Amino acid sequence: MTSRREFLQAGLATSAIMAGLGVSNWSRAMAQQALTQDQLLQFDDFGNLTLIHVTDAHAHLRPVWFREPDTNIGVGDAAGRVPHVVGETFQKMFGIAPASPEAYALTYPDFEALAKSYGRMGGFDRIATIVKAIRGSRPDAILLDGGDTWHGSYTSLKTGGEDMVRVQNLLGVEAMSSHWEFTFGTQRVQELIEKCNFPFLGANIYDVEWDEPAFEPYKIIQKGDLAVGVIGQAFPYLPIANPKWMFPEYSFGIREERMQEVVDELRGQNVDLVVCLSHNGFDVDHKMASRVTGIDVILSGHTHDAVPEPVLVGETIIIASGSHGKFVSRVDLDVQGGRMAGFRHKLIPVFSDVIAPDAEMASLIEEIRSPYKADLDTVIGQTDKLLYRRGNFNGSWDDLICRAILEERDAEIALSPGVRWGASVLPGDITREDIHSVTSMTYGQCYRSEMTGETLKTVMEDVADNIFNPDPYYQQGGDMVRVGGLSYSIDPNAPMGNRITDLRLIADDAPIEPGRSYTVGGWASVNEGTEGPQIWDLVEEHIRKGGGTQQDGPVSSINVKGL
Amino acid sequence: MLISRRGVLTASVGLVGLAMLPVAVRAQDAAAAPAQTADEMIAEFTGGAEAVEGDGVKLTAPEIAENGNTVPLSVEAPGAAEILLIATENPTPGVARFTFGALAANQAAATRIRLAKTQDIVAIAKLADGSFVRTAANVKVTIGGCGG
Repeated sequence: MTSRREFLQAGLATSAIMAGLGVSNWSRAMAQQALTQDQLLQFDDFGNLTLIHVTDAHAHLRPVWFREPDTNIGVGDAAGRVPHVVGETFQKMFGIAPASPEAYALTYPDFEALAKSYGRMGGFDRIATIVKAIRGSRPDAILLDGGDTWHGSYTSLKTGGEDMVRVQNLLGVEAMSSHWEFTFGTQRVQELIEKCNFPFLGANIYDVEWDEPAFEPYKIIQKGDLAVGVIGQAFPYLPIANPKWMFPEYSFGIREERMQEVVDELRGQNVDLVVCLSHNGFDVDHKMASRVTGIDVILSGHTHDAVPEPVLVGETIIIASGSHGKFVSRVDLDVQGGRMAGFRHKLIPVFSDVIAPDAEMASLIEEIRSPYKADLDTVIGQTDKLLYRRGNFNGSWDDLICRAILEERDAEIALSPGVRWGASVLPGDITREDIHSVTSMTYGQCYRSEMTGETLKTVMEDVADNIFNPDPYYQQGGDMVRVGGLSYSIDPNAPMGNRITDLRLIADDAPIEPGRSYTVGGWASVNEGTEGPQIWDLVEEHIRKGGGTQQDGPVSSINVKGL
Repeated sequence: MLISRRGVLTASVGLVGLAMLPVAVRAQDAAAAPAQTADEMIAEFTGGAEAVEGDGVKLTAPEIAENGNTVPLSVEAPGAAEILLIATENPTPGVARFTFGALAANQAAATRIRLAKTQDIVAIAKLADGSFVRTAANVKVTIGGCGG
């Protein structure tokens, strides 16, 4: 008798042998100068069930440039393990040739040059083509959306997230999880849920007052003779990382015991497969998979990692499908006797110049955008270098935003949130849509206030611990707060309170004094009643004045130690 | 369909019957002695006997508090006579001492507490045989604000 573990290993081996199906296929295609839609979609059907995973699109309806991180430090057990592998190390780990399409899609080296060869990625009209093609061969394929779908663009802000619900409905999403969705506020979330043709799941969302489940925890999706239990897991730290006054009725948390309870409940109902549609973030999912038993597949979102192969933890596979619509994961499973007996997977890169847009979805996107077209396409100014955000510390977009805050709000120090969303911009025009891609939110007021050096250090230590705590359950999954006007050193492996040293003002290279008060400008405050101009208006103003090509000295300087 | 208590209460003019738990909560006992340190309280509770780390007592707490002023905690220790709950780094570490009578259907209790800062919460259960078992959970109190 073959154990399930052996089956899984065989599955992995198959997946490695079949690498021609996934990753290395693209290189070969490129060698032939012929990347085609058929090649990108090529997949030998396997088993008796297909899952399709999309996540963290952040409302990017159209194809984008998106540079993957150059720094993604893993601490504790996660050091050196996916997704904490970047650049050439990542390429070597997965056998990716430099400058190949997959190197462009998954890693940062030569991004700017490769972007010109391979073009933008994503776009829901292309995603629709992929979903339809998969459903063509597997009509019972289940499409699951990991959340962070409603927020993150000009049109989503203007329509209160409704544009994305229309897109999800047309795409045929069958369940979703959540995070930034809640920043539209409880009432709007409830209104949008009414408009969804699918359930909004959250096993870990509780009523604050009654301490009992507030949302449907799971949905059993019946496909043919298979019953698939899909559990939703919202981002656990919403009331801490985002303004809880916008959704005061709800409490979140990892709630590992609750997850086990829900899995057991589904197993008690004799489902054939248990899938967790998670917005935990990869490291949290990795730990959860090692402690909760009975989950076959975790579809992992939140930390925006695109991982080319499933990661096996115990008897659970974790699938991470990137962000901003760059990838769609297809997972074929052989489900036998109430368990997963094998799998085949492909992280499909959505090359927008290769995948044909689906006409129906393209027309919906056009309809959504048309009232705002003039605003979206307005060129605000130019940049003379690549603008990107993703990475543990300041990206060039963050530097530009921080400089805008310093100058427009006359501050000594700027703070900008370490979110992982926001597309890149190649040298050339910056449009209003580009600015909204990195700033859009329902609490974008840019404040100006006084802060002592001591408080500043406390804030930075606190954020650093939320990212670099060696226990994933204490990580919130963003990146380090972006700074302007400041230089500092950081040792990610040091204990809480000791990571940040040598804090200095760049202007005069003077050490930050604990007792002195500094003028600080920042945005995305979680406090209610924050006042100031919207960050996108402020950034626009700065870029209009030539801020995109301004080159007088660094706005931030961060020295990473101890690695 | 998910039926929540909040929903039921708003929908109908609630027939609320609060079940009386057969639990005597003597939070005052623990709280009334601010001079005592966490270690002293534990020593007093166990009478100096060693409390072994174990599964006999389960403490459920959030990893990171959403609101440090009201952190939900629950403890459970099947067969226990008493459970002592301590917030080790609070100015007044004593949280509660739960005593379960012979008629208690289960030995579990839940409360909400205020945490001054990030710290370990310790739960020690006195089992029916007079032995002690303990567990701890680290609850982080953070200022937050940059997730994404």
